[in-house]
Amino acid sequence: MPNPRRRHLFKVAASAVAATLGATALAACGSSDDSKAESGPVSLTYWTWTPGMDKVVDLWNQGEGKKDKIHVTVKKQASGDSLVTKILTAHKAKKAPDLVQAEYQALPTLVSNGALADISKDVGDAKSKFASGVWQQTTLGTDAVYAVPQDIGPMMFYYRADLFKKYKLTVPTTWEEFAETARKLKKAAPDKDLTTFSANDSGLFAGLAQQAGAKWWTTSGDKWKVAINDTATQKVADFWGGLVKEGVIDNQPMYTPAWNKALDTGKQIAWVSAVWAPGTLTTAAPDTKGKWAMAPLPQWSKSENVTGSWGGSSTAVTTDSAHRSAAAKFAAWLNTDADAVSALAKDSGIYPAATSAQTSGAFTTAPDYFSNQPDFYAKAAEIAKTTAPSAWGPNVNVAYASFNDAFGAAAKNKSDFGAALDTMQEATVADLKKQGFGVSQ
Amino acid sequence: MSSLAVREAGPAAGADSGTARAPRPRRRIALVPTLTLVLGAVYTLLPVAWVVIASTKSGHELFSTFTFLPGTGFTQNLKDLGAYRDGIYWRWMGNSALYAGLGALLSTGVSALSGFALATYRFRGRESVFNVLLAGVLMPPVILAVPQYLLLAKANVTDSYLSVLLPQILSPYGVYLARIYAAAAVPGDVVEAARMDGAGEWRIFTRIALPMMIPGMVTVFLFQFVAVWNNFLLPYIMLSNDERFPLTLGLYTLLAQGSNQPALYTLVITGAFLAVIPLIALFLVVQRFWSLDLLSGAVKS
Repeated sequence: MPNPRRRHLFKVAASAVAATLGATALAACGSSDDSKAESGPVSLTYWTWTPGMDKVVDLWNQGEGKKDKIHVTVKKQASGDSLVTKILTAHKAKKAPDLVQAEYQALPTLVSNGALADISKDVGDAKSKFASGVWQQTTLGTDAVYAVPQDIGPMMFYYRADLFKKYKLTVPTTWEEFAETARKLKKAAPDKDLTTFSANDSGLFAGLAQQAGAKWWTTSGDKWKVAINDTATQKVADFWGGLVKEGVIDNQPMYTPAWNKALDTGKQIAWVSAVWAPGTLTTAAPDTKGKWAMAPLPQWSKSENVTGSWGGSSTAVTTDSAHRSAAAKFAAWLNTDADAVSALAKDSGIYPAATSAQTSGAFTTAPDYFSNQPDFYAKAAEIAKTTAPSAWGPNVNVAYASFNDAFGAAAKNKSDFGAALDTMQEATVADLKKQGFGVSQ
Repeated sequence: MSSLAVREAGPAAGADSGTARAPRPRRRIALVPTLTLVLGAVYTLLPVAWVVIASTKSGHELFSTFTFLPGTGFTQNLKDLGAYRDGIYWRWMGNSALYAGLGALLSTGVSALSGFALATYRFRGRESVFNVLLAGVLMPPVILAVPQYLLLAKANVTDSYLSVLLPQILSPYGVYLARIYAAAAVPGDVVEAARMDGAGEWRIFTRIALPMMIPGMVTVFLFQFVAVWNNFLLPYIMLSNDERFPLTLGLYTLLAQGSNQPALYTLVITGAFLAVIPLIALFLVVQRFWSLDLLSGAVKS
């Protein structure tokens, strides 16, 4: 949704970026072999954390890339916020690689630091290959394109089908039913929990808020507006805080040995997660393979059908690259070419952002762990279509860090989640101001 | 306190010969310190024990069996670790050995040379140089990593073996230790006498001072070796090609593979276990020099 006011802000941001671009371009002309970019062979480096990416890139280097004399070298990195810091540090020295993998929520941070190039002229008709809600994250609401979507993480509800049957529970379609299910289970089996609220996973909470319609970062005029404690997010926080306080769900963090054990032994019988959950469950709960099932995320009202996203990343070209159009060409190929995307699915286990790929050959059979649900990926593709738009800002990392602190304490003490939300809002606004962004109240 | 009194009463009642009485006072004071040390040892060794035991568990057993019950998957874990991306783990191990071994050796050389110079020569600005070094000791290396990266980027040597080795060659703490040690272990008279006999300064250093400083330099080498072996941030910022990664960095990439990938816990744990072995081996081998070091400090007056 191109919001005119937002566009204005980005004009300001874009001109700042353009100034940086100009500076880099000049520097590039002075020091490197820029003139060779168009004719001679081009060598690009690509920072990515995706396992098996070297095999996919080999396809390019043997085929398309060989024809165009564009050679790509993969340099495998560790994922996470620390990679954003590493890219920005390298960018400060004008030594960022040509291509980087970046999570959607990191794009505004990278763009506001002038690290990502606008590749709108070089990606051709890539836009048509993606759902609009996904594509919008790479444009930040402007006419520019800062990345090509690679994988997405539409959220879903996972549950132990056998135990649901045993305790005569039905799969909840609304959050109201979800709460009822949690209570019913607690009554039937007091030592079990439906699930846990993990205060360590800000991405999950952000996805749940996104589903409820929250827009944490928006722009008005040339100012950022932060709405982390808006009514939609408040609703989500109160809902989960209430369940924790009531004692019908657990309050322990996820991704710990104890959590793995709880899933594996059936102490926790459901998990609000995303499309990549089969991979996690394979290592976390190896003994319960084939006993889980996937369903759409519960809704806030019966008439709705939306989901949030948790995870997902894109391929971006940096402003330090001397061969931006070549890099953009590769980024578009990697994430839209049928062979490339099916190799990504096969060798790297990603869930592709490109809509046609979600129903392609690689996704005709369910993941091994879910062999009991043969239509897993058909269902997943349906759910992916309902992903709500997201709104990321330039300091998601600060908001997330604040979430971990404030919600961690609130979940442990079973205290009010609303207050924790206010803390998160204040910390995020304060940091934006400190960074020199204009913030409207 | 009461148990202490009982312990004291025990041997006193049974033993009446003078020779048996001799060790008693030592035992009385040793109880509290011993307990503290045992507690400290448990505190530091428990995580190591966890790593050792967890490395024997298969992915299946890792989270489902009792924490301190050894598993059955050790050889399989080793095989998997060796097979991961064509055995890149062993490359990381080699890189770590290179960074830590060569880095610590060079660093010890520089420390010995500058420590000797600061201890034996009187020159203008000597104290200022030393004070700057002292300030360097107080500076955590972590905050220097980014400036060092920007500097080395100007020199175009980032993402190379050199970029990790160079910043770690000068260790303020090593120079500080070397100076203190040289001042104590190399008597000024000896240096003076060598000069009278016509030895050049380089000869004095290599033939006379250095052998006297060896035990102290072993300490510097050990400190520096451990520091480089465990270093994370500097190589993290400097390197982007994972064929040049040290172990710390390599294991980190195994853990952070993106949200859609299971973390390779068993590989990381087995890898971490193997990564401590060289350190332990090094300590065992060099231990004798180390105790000599402590002794020789006390003998000199």
